[in-house]
Amino acid sequence: MTSLDRKLIRELWRLRAQVLAIALVIASGTALLIMALTTIEALEETTAAYYERTRFADMFAEAKRAPEYLGRDIAEIPGVRIAETRIVEGAILDMPGFSEPVVARLMSLPERGPELLNALVIRSGRLADPTRPDEVVVSEPFAEAHRLKPGDSFDAILRGRKRNLQVVGTALSPEYVYAIAPGGLMPDDERFGVLWMGRDALAAAFDLKASFNSVTLSLLPDANERDVIRRLDGLLSPFGGIGAYLRADQTSNWFLESEIAQQKNMSRIMPAIFLAVAAFLTNMVMARLIQTERREIGLLKAFGYGNWAIGWHFAKMVLVIGTIGVLMGSVIGAWLGHWNTELYTKFYRFPFLLYRPGPAGFVIAGAISLGAALAGSLAAVRSAVRLPPAEAMQPPSPPIYRRSFAARTVLAGALDEPSRMILRRIIRWPVRAFLASLGLAMSVAVLIMALQWVDAIDSLAESVFERAQHQDATVAFSDLQPIGAIREFEHMPGVLAAEPYRFVSARINNGHLIERQGIVGVPTGAILSPVFDVERGRLEVPPGGLMLSVKLAELLEVKAGDTVVVELLEGRQPRVSLPVLQIFETYIGKPAYMDMAALNRIAGDGRVISGIHIRVDASSRTALLTTLKDTPHIAAVLFRHAAIDTFYKTMGETILIFVGFFVAFSMTLSVGVTYNSIRIALSERARELATLRVLGFSRWEISYILLGEVGLLTWVAIPLGAVIGFSLAWYMTSAFETELYRVPLVLRDATYGKAALIALAATLACAAIVRRRLDKLDLIAVLKTRE
Amino acid sequence: MEKDTSATALQARDLIKIYRMGTVDVHALRGVDVDLREGELVVLLGPSGSGKSTLLNILGGLDRPTSGSVMFRDREIDMNNERTLNLYRRNHVGFVFQFYNLIPSLTARENVALVTEIARDPMPPSRALAMVGLGDRLDHFPAQLSGGEQQRVAIARAIAKRPDLLLCDEPTGALDSKTGVLVLDAILRINRELGTTTALITHNAVIAEIANRVLYFADGRIVETRLNSGQRAPSELAW
Ligand SMILES: Nc1ncnc2c1ncn2[C@@H]1O[C@H](COP(=O)(O)OP(=O)(O)OP(=O)(O)O)[C@@H](O)[C@H]1O
Ligand SMILES: [Mg+2]
Repeated sequence: MTSLDRKLIRELWRLRAQVLAIALVIASGTALLIMALTTIEALEETTAAYYERTRFADMFAEAKRAPEYLGRDIAEIPGVRIAETRIVEGAILDMPGFSEPVVARLMSLPERGPELLNALVIRSGRLADPTRPDEVVVSEPFAEAHRLKPGDSFDAILRGRKRNLQVVGTALSPEYVYAIAPGGLMPDDERFGVLWMGRDALAAAFDLKASFNSVTLSLLPDANERDVIRRLDGLLSPFGGIGAYLRADQTSNWFLESEIAQQKNMSRIMPAIFLAVAAFLTNMVMARLIQTERREIGLLKAFGYGNWAIGWHFAKMVLVIGTIGVLMGSVIGAWLGHWNTELYTKFYRFPFLLYRPGPAGFVIAGAISLGAALAGSLAAVRSAVRLPPAEAMQPPSPPIYRRSFAARTVLAGALDEPSRMILRRIIRWPVRAFLASLGLAMSVAVLIMALQWVDAIDSLAESVFERAQHQDATVAFSDLQPIGAIREFEHMPGVLAAEPYRFVSARINNGHLIERQGIVGVPTGAILSPVFDVERGRLEVPPGGLMLSVKLAELLEVKAGDTVVVELLEGRQPRVSLPVLQIFETYIGKPAYMDMAALNRIAGDGRVISGIHIRVDASSRTALLTTLKDTPHIAAVLFRHAAIDTFYKTMGETILIFVGFFVAFSMTLSVGVTYNSIRIALSERARELATLRVLGFSRWEISYILLGEVGLLTWVAIPLGAVIGFSLAWYMTSAFETELYRVPLVLRDATYGKAALIALAATLACAAIVRRRLDKLDLIAVLKTRE
Repeated sequence: MEKDTSATALQARDLIKIYRMGTVDVHALRGVDVDLREGELVVLLGPSGSGKSTLLNILGGLDRPTSGSVMFRDREIDMNNERTLNLYRRNHVGFVFQFYNLIPSLTARENVALVTEIARDPMPPSRALAMVGLGDRLDHFPAQLSGGEQQRVAIARAIAKRPDLLLCDEPTGALDSKTGVLVLDAILRINRELGTTTALITHNAVIAEIANRVLYFADGRIVETRLNSGQRAPSELAW
């Protein structure tokens, strides 16, 4: 081993605390990127494998009641590989010990043989016996929420008739990876469940003998999807078909894909910003570390070592530190990625999980981290080797010394000597002081960016659930009801107000752009659930046209004043041109609204409603729930408080945990940078401080001289960090946008405060550690060896 | 020993060095001509700040003159060529710094090895250290050595590569006379045994008596050159 390598090993060991701190900074950036990338990879891979193994259908269509023989015609549509008909109905369950009515989806199992498409994965027990009409298989998350085991039973209201159903098994289905009630936003396993039962039993209960009301298809690879949809719609429309749709629009899959898209978005933006910040900090810290080696670089040059040899020597040092960081980051990142993916499977139910991270994430993260470290240090090495050795071996002199204005002010006279030393150093090396501040500011900024999520989600929930909606519950009917049905609800116990709505499945077309998006009809003067713009608040719906959300307008490439073609997919299935009257902003989904009366006129089913929003007097809630459980024609009851709960629960366990990692890593960043800044300042000044000690300064005074500078720079860093943090948050919220969510840019004062406190705490902790070293400063050794 | 007839090892002409500091120019060298003959031992004497270190740094290729030329063995050294300077330092020059400049994380032996590893015809580090009387301190770190011992390690480091030129900037500045004698002895032995051309800066006029020639410096110029008729051995000196 050469002496240079020996020196390298001993220096690394001597600087081990700093090495670890830098490695942690690198590890943070690496770990986050790897976590995000591998989570996506795992979700995508698991989804693909699950869909394939269970033969998840390519196309779905519903009708009111189609004769069974139509199934053969459907199977013969060119491009169709397999068509499977079935019965899908809604029911209200009365779960023992649960006061609220539970919404259930009932799905038929084939009478004979296995499911051709959308096969169930049995998790416990067995499939229902077709000859026993009361046997059901329940979805596993629902079974878990209600602690159901095979052998248990519960009551269900099927078409107004109460039946006792026997649980024989639990299962997972590719159609309900993300199991949400119709109209819901987040899975609520207590209030929504899926039941599978024999086809004959279901047909008997819903009067659908020799008929079906749902069909799923798998297509041949070269199928023309549009053509298949057109033919299928043609076959089903006489039987109440409401328009076929592709897998992409299937609810569970749509949410799953949105989630993956959102993860991709997040992994592109946040870890990228984070890695960039980590890279910048690594760069900065390494550059400063090398600057402290300036004298030795000069010495090596004086001995005749070439620039390449010197460069390689330091490159090795950086590579060792960087590799430690990347390795730590890879291990932590892979572990977190696995953990994070498992978290997702609480909401996205897969029977198995494929976490097999490929090399891409590791290579990208490693290359960026090492590259940044190398770039930073080699730039510093380059500037050091450029100097003639005689100069490099001298301590660097301040750029140009002139008595600055600040030094001459009255203030300067009022300061004691140690304070003046601090100020002088900052004034003489303003660039270095600024970079040190900037480093700290960047760690404050990422902290703010991460914490901003909490504010954003609160504000999103407030906007959606508090300001936009005022109903306590929404009751969705299983069939259209005459508008007069509202009176029945108004007279139920505890109902304070009721407001109807109409919902029609629809396709909205602008030229070749098509969006499948149901239209909500809102009555004039709606107050419980009006059209709500995040800024303008409640909007009145003018008759005769559409109100589109910004996202939908973007997808369709229309603006207010344009005309779109609307195909209603129910009833007479009219196709009409409608003007876009207004565009409004909302944080969730891509809704479209119309005046209810106008929508009813177009649909041509008379004055009907799909459901009602109600306000409930809290004291009569239980009585109302009991009444609702026995009310016919109800497909779903959605409670706003439950929606808020599940919203926070879902967010809390997905995004907020993700954000939690960012906060933790930002703190690591902050500690790593601060510790290094102070340690480097110490090694730059050890001689000077030792001399001052010898000259009679006390331990506290020299601590103050060293740490006062860091403290002062921290105060500068915090407002700077707040500004940068705001910009990062702004960038992130504008780049983070999916069909499902937009995130508002909201930053509470408390968030800045929290970030500032964390940064200050990091500085204090590091200062305390370094101060202990200062107490142990070996005066003689420092002065003798001229370190 | 008269060396008037031997070849010129190093020849510097009209060296000027100006340090620019903002609006103020410091003239460290104001036109210096100097010749070092092969095997000669030259001492530079002069008041503090007169430019001695600056000259030695330029002669050793550690710094660039503002103008002027340096010829080593009849070949001009291109002061602007990084590579040339580097090879010159590596292959021909041994430098002893005013401040010892040892690497704190390396032992005495390793500090010497740092140089011998890239030299063309070095002696083993242990031999170089033995020559300066540190044969038994090979594995001590600089912090475990006294100032004089550190200075001797620095000398061992400079001589271990058997340089053609040995340039010493106040090698005895911080030492008592007994240790100073040891250090000078070591330098003289190299000069004699290996025929190394040697230049040595000192503030101590007594030390000048070991030299073949003494150059007096003042205010960036050589103001006087004196030939010693007979060199004295360091052990005969006392200060
Ligand atoms: N890097 C520098 N920048 C500016 N001025 C310098 C620099 N190095 C030396 N000087 C100035 O050049 C002049 C000559 O310095 P030099 O170090 O050569 O003196 P010296 O003769 O070696 O003195 P001493 O005996 O005290 O070591 C001095 O006035 C010094 O202040
Ligand atoms: Mg000097």
